Amino acid sequence: MSADLPLTLPAKPASRPDYLLWKSLGFVLALLVSLPLLLIVAQWGALGSGEQDIWQHLLDTKLDRLAGNTLILLLGVGAGVTVLGVSLAWLCSMCEFPGRRLFEWALMLPLAIPGYVMAFVFLGTFNFAGPVQTALRAQFGNGVWFPDMQGPGAVMLVLSLVLYPYVYMLARAAFLAQSRSQMDAARILGLRPFNAFLRVALPGARPAIAAGVALALMETLADFGAVAVFNFDTFTTAIYGAWYGLFNLQVAAQLASLLLLFVALAMTLEQYGRRNARHVQEGRARVAGYALTGVRAAAASLLCVAVLGLAFVLPLVQLLLWTLGTVTREGIDPRFAEFLARSLALGAGAACVTVALALVLAMVRRLPGTAWTQRWQSLALRVATLGYALPGSVLAVGIMLLFTGIDRQLAARLGLQPMLVGGMVALVLAYVVRFLAVAHAPIDAGLQGIKPSVIEAARSLGAAPARVLSAVYIPLLRPGLITAALLVFVDVMKEMPATLILRPFGWDTLAVRIFQMTSEGQWERAALPGLILLLSGLIPVILLVKQSRRGASS
Amino acid sequence: MNLRLAFSACLLTLLVACGAETPPANSVAASAGSPSAAATSAEPASQPEAGGLATPVPSAPAGPVIVYSSRQEHLIKPLFDRFTAETGIEVQFQTGEEGPLIARLQAEGEGTYADVLYTVDAGNLWMAAERGLLRPTQSALLEQNIPAHLRDPQGRWFGLSVRARTIAYSTERVDPAQLSTYEDLADPKWKGKLCLRTSKKVYNMSLVATLIDRLGDAEAEKVVRGWVANLAAPVFSSDLLIIDAIAAGQCDVGIINTYYLGQAQQQTPEVPVALFWANQQGAGVHVNVSGAGITTHAKNPEAALRLIEWLSTGEPQLMFSELNLEYPASPAVEPVELVRSWGEFKPDTINVDIAGRLQADAVKLMDRADYR
Repeated sequence: MSADLPLTLPAKPASRPDYLLWKSLGFVLALLVSLPLLLIVAQWGALGSGEQDIWQHLLDTKLDRLAGNTLILLLGVGAGVTVLGVSLAWLCSMCEFPGRRLFEWALMLPLAIPGYVMAFVFLGTFNFAGPVQTALRAQFGNGVWFPDMQGPGAVMLVLSLVLYPYVYMLARAAFLAQSRSQMDAARILGLRPFNAFLRVALPGARPAIAAGVALALMETLADFGAVAVFNFDTFTTAIYGAWYGLFNLQVAAQLASLLLLFVALAMTLEQYGRRNARHVQEGRARVAGYALTGVRAAAASLLCVAVLGLAFVLPLVQLLLWTLGTVTREGIDPRFAEFLARSLALGAGAACVTVALALVLAMVRRLPGTAWTQRWQSLALRVATLGYALPGSVLAVGIMLLFTGIDRQLAARLGLQPMLVGGMVALVLAYVVRFLAVAHAPIDAGLQGIKPSVIEAARSLGAAPARVLSAVYIPLLRPGLITAALLVFVDVMKEMPATLILRPFGWDTLAVRIFQMTSEGQWERAALPGLILLLSGLIPVILLVKQSRRGASS
Repeated sequence: MNLRLAFSACLLTLLVACGAETPPANSVAASAGSPSAAATSAEPASQPEAGGLATPVPSAPAGPVIVYSSRQEHLIKPLFDRFTAETGIEVQFQTGEEGPLIARLQAEGEGTYADVLYTVDAGNLWMAAERGLLRPTQSALLEQNIPAHLRDPQGRWFGLSVRARTIAYSTERVDPAQLSTYEDLADPKWKGKLCLRTSKKVYNMSLVATLIDRLGDAEAEKVVRGWVANLAAPVFSSDLLIIDAIAAGQCDVGIINTYYLGQAQQQTPEVPVALFWANQQGAGVHVNVSGAGITTHAKNPEAALRLIEWLSTGEPQLMFSELNLEYPASPAVEPVELVRSWGEFKPDTINVDIAGRLQADAVKLMDRADYR
């Protein structure tokens, strides 16, 4: 407020409050979510001679191979989920072919299948000793060729099959929301349907597709269960190797923080790549479908059947068969109702907290402010959503470090019993940190579709942020919010490593149950909890389908 | 309207979830259908729950024993149930992976609820002891029941069941007279015929640790390199897959823990795979243990000791063999019929803590030899 400021400048607070309270709240929340991650990164402080030896050893022996494997896997899965997700989304939202109405929702079902379950079913079915190759050898002799089931191709396929629904869902919503006038204009200007897709629809859906692919790739980086089944070594393998094999948790955390750095870089590059693009949707009229006929229609149906068969029917049938076998032998454990109830409660509770947090963070970032606060707000949000790329056990260690620290302080200063480690708060925080990115993607995509003028109008009419949130954002964002909540719900139910280590005493869930059965490779015994997990995971997926239909018809 | 409904549902769920937290985290009984919510907190003086038991156990220490275990529930729960029935001491347990469980124990420090750490692999027990998480214990009973090479020299942990890792071969394509030692599997005569499990499994780390101890680093590395050169297929993620692969003809020999063959034989009695006892002219078959120790900050160490002592006695020792087809740690107890059918063998009697002391060296060696 120096005196030489021109007096004509409007006094800022009157028309544009700087929302200090909201912005601080956003910072505090983002910081809370980022703290476990920062504690992981802080393990670089413990770089003694033992750690240096291990680093030297890793660099000498396998780190380059593992990093290479990880990159190959990311490329393969990235290509796989993009091709599958975008093509299926386009076919099911923009074309007409036999079975489309069924496939449109059924193609979301693989979301309910945990990657590790898909991996062991796939390997059990297609490896050398499995039924398919055995039958082939019986028919054609021992020399019969079969694709390598323990190489990178199989891992990529399995991960693509469980992760493509993220891309499918977000891309489909984007295609459905695209205005008819753009596509009409493209067609009038003489573009063939495919070219119109490439040059108009695809660029328009790019933010949604990129968000979906980013989710799939972060999940790939964090995955340990599926790659372990195939014994395909990735960067995450090195993290666990340092921890379990070499007994060095510090090096494990240091490796994990490199993973975070990599993700942060990749996401920054992606944002930079589309820095100028902005797609605000004008109309919501449904674009008329292209009616496919003949070979094209058959090919479209066949693609959907193949994906659905491999990604959903195969694991479902295999789990059913195994379940029948074990249930007739051992009966059903009466505690399954309890396990299921806990899985559902954790999923629902974590979904609520995560979505609320993601909404506040996404909205606060859009409040007007100085370039400086805007930049920090974006950075805080970006750090806070990195947790999705972190393997669950490593994240759990970050949370344990945080909470034991707080517990010790509480005990020392107030004489309290330790209560945070092993408590529900720790577990829910783990889910929030891990899945904030999942909730953020659909909410952010929804926010991008809201015209800034609507918000500005509300603000200029004097609405406070809380009122803008409740009267404008939430109603407009409803589809995005529900999508976010259901995605987190399903992901929490499937989550295994963090649940295992942080759950309150005795709080066994379905995923914990699966671990107890599979830790010694007895896949059959894990079939029943796996099947229940899959079926209960279907409930939110079906809700998701219903709500996306409503979105399409409105 | 819908949103309001969703919001109320959220609140409700959170209340339920928080409600679950209200009792201190340790007081939820983990055992099946156990209705007892006997709060354990840190207060030492609550009566044992089993009031209906005919024989009062005057010496029974108060409160339940709390166990952190990496063993599967169906392998430990029957033992704990029996213990509770016999002594009136309740057992509560939390299962998880070894690494994270030990990390949790360490993070909890003095505040831990755990009285007992019960896990597979002496390497894990050794590491927990190294980090000061287990307390030294004197017990004449344990020293009598458990052979010296299966427990910590300082009494911080005790092996309770023995797991033998040896050679499995195809009964259709291999003459057992060709087999001799683990080292021999590195011989070029097995080129393209060997199946192994991943080096990331602790069982293989322990086996290689004993090779290093016996042969020295350079010689052990040569053996491991030989194995890798002989592989018929990329390494597998489980021993059961190795048995499947041998049965299906993908390879002829492999290295497995014996109880996996037992599991396979229970499913398919005629499975064409048999065990060969390795290194009988030399050091003997590599063995490891599942074992337990009392935590440094145990709140109920007397009951914890009673549990571990009880586990080393006749009936429970036999149960180990029944439940997972392992070998009893106590030489006085015979394993079950199926396990006996594999014949007698000479075990390697080097102290199993070698698995811990040389584990990191073994991991590094296997990395160098590109054993994945």
